[in-house]
Amino acid sequence: MSHIAFFGAIEIGLIFALVAFGIFISFRILDFPDLTVDGSFPLGAAVSATMIVNDINPWIATLCAVAAGCAAGFITAWMNVRLKILNLLASILTMIALYSINLRIMGKPNVALLGEETLLTPVENLGLAYYLVSPMTFLVVVLVILALLSLFFRTEVGLAMRATGANPQMARAQGISTSFMIYLGMAISNGLVALGGALFAQSQGSADVTMGVGIIVVGLASVIGGEAIFSTRTMLLSLIACLLGALLYRLVIAAALNMDVMGIEAQDLNLITSVLVALAIVLPGAKSSLKSLLVKN
Amino acid sequence: MISIRDIHVTFGKATPLENHVLKGIDLDIPKSQFVTVIGSNGAGKSTLLNTLSGEVSVDQGSIVISETDCTKLKTHQRAKWIGRVFQDPKAGTCENLTILENLSLSLQRGEKRSLRNFANSNQVEIFESRLRTLGLGLETRLNDKMGLLSGGQRQAISLLMATNKPCDLLLLDEHTAALDPKTARFVMELTEKIIAEQQLTALMVTHSMRQALDFGDRTIMLHAGRIAFDVGFNERQNLDVPDLLRLFEKNQGEAISDDSLLLG
Repeated sequence: MSHIAFFGAIEIGLIFALVAFGIFISFRILDFPDLTVDGSFPLGAAVSATMIVNDINPWIATLCAVAAGCAAGFITAWMNVRLKILNLLASILTMIALYSINLRIMGKPNVALLGEETLLTPVENLGLAYYLVSPMTFLVVVLVILALLSLFFRTEVGLAMRATGANPQMARAQGISTSFMIYLGMAISNGLVALGGALFAQSQGSADVTMGVGIIVVGLASVIGGEAIFSTRTMLLSLIACLLGALLYRLVIAAALNMDVMGIEAQDLNLITSVLVALAIVLPGAKSSLKSLLVKN
Repeated sequence: MISIRDIHVTFGKATPLENHVLKGIDLDIPKSQFVTVIGSNGAGKSTLLNTLSGEVSVDQGSIVISETDCTKLKTHQRAKWIGRVFQDPKAGTCENLTILENLSLSLQRGEKRSLRNFANSNQVEIFESRLRTLGLGLETRLNDKMGLLSGGQRQAISLLMATNKPCDLLLLDEHTAALDPKTARFVMELTEKIIAEQQLTALMVTHSMRQALDFGDRTIMLHAGRIAFDVGFNERQNLDVPDLLRLFEKNQGEAISDDSLLLG
């Protein structure tokens, strides 16, 4: 693999680390299977790209993208908590609705950001090698988010959110408003995913309405893969596992596409992802049953 | 002081499975009284507890805890007055959280949770000293996941969590039913000790007439959604299980058919 391909994989991996953090909060902390992310990722891209081409400061554009993602997560949570729609279904409804909303925001299926000033422009002017600009910037963003999340889960509110997902009845008995925690967690989760979408659009130079397809699977691959390989003993380690899982996933994909193994081509990406996720779910269980089988004999 | 007025609860209203579980319960519990509640399956014991905690809402009637009408309040809004231990040891604690995290959760029951760190060294010391009183060696295992503990250990911690903050009403929902006899005795003794120390008002649901008579100051029997009898401390001293059965037959005009009530 060339170093340009390597840094390209790292760059995308870092963006998907943000998605993985979001999915970690919904799936793991809140126990809320959330497919909204397939809509909130392109939502973040659409909002930031549309605002940037309209000459709005890229910082403000990115913040608005995050706020839009939070709103999307909030709506899914609202449908679940107030309207009592099954969590998975509520998230699918938001995801489908967001497809139309994203088209409305952009006014067309895609927006190009060529030559526009983005969050990356100031870093580009520092004189770094061009293939290092995005990875370095995104590394800083991801590490800051990682630190903030890790601090958040050490607070009283963070602990209450973990209890909400782990045992809602007990959480209520301890005076925790589980509804509020679901609103808050889903908003944070989708805000992070939208941030990922906004950064993706700015580094790739365009936002596209179809760019969200399968984001949930890639994010899950990162979370589950990370958990399968790295320690998840504490919250900080779990978050680091998400980050490393996302990077590893992208590197494996890049390696597979570069090395020409078994004739794998770019169009096989989603198939490989699904197989990887299935393996990551099954393997830890298979490992322990194999172990017990060996001990028995 | 807890006062419950004419409470009715119906599950599955206006469906073929409609079930009128509580049919007008009236109950006053003075401060620091420990009431035991017995009744056969389906008598409405757990529903009464769930109504008090807020998990089940009432059709009519009112619940007043310490001069506040909580009839319309949700579970988490009433939690500041109510401590609760569940029947299932898994239900009262989070198995994926550590002992320290579980105990910390109970410290802000009924308070606004902030963005402060959830466990400072001061609190850790308080937890360690409370755990030491259990004599189970758990004070050295604060960072172990709850899921690693046995049912009895988890129930003991549940009890600490329910009483970490002062509460106006302690609800115990057959909290020793899922334990082996020896552990059940340990948890029951711990319960009595904590209730006596903090002079708590408590309501304990049990399946065993023996346990209902041996503990607390007052025994209530529920039958088919109503209070079948209510015996106070002095009256109760001379009663044994067969006397309770006679009392029940006299009040209801029928014999008890649930064996488990007699065997326990």
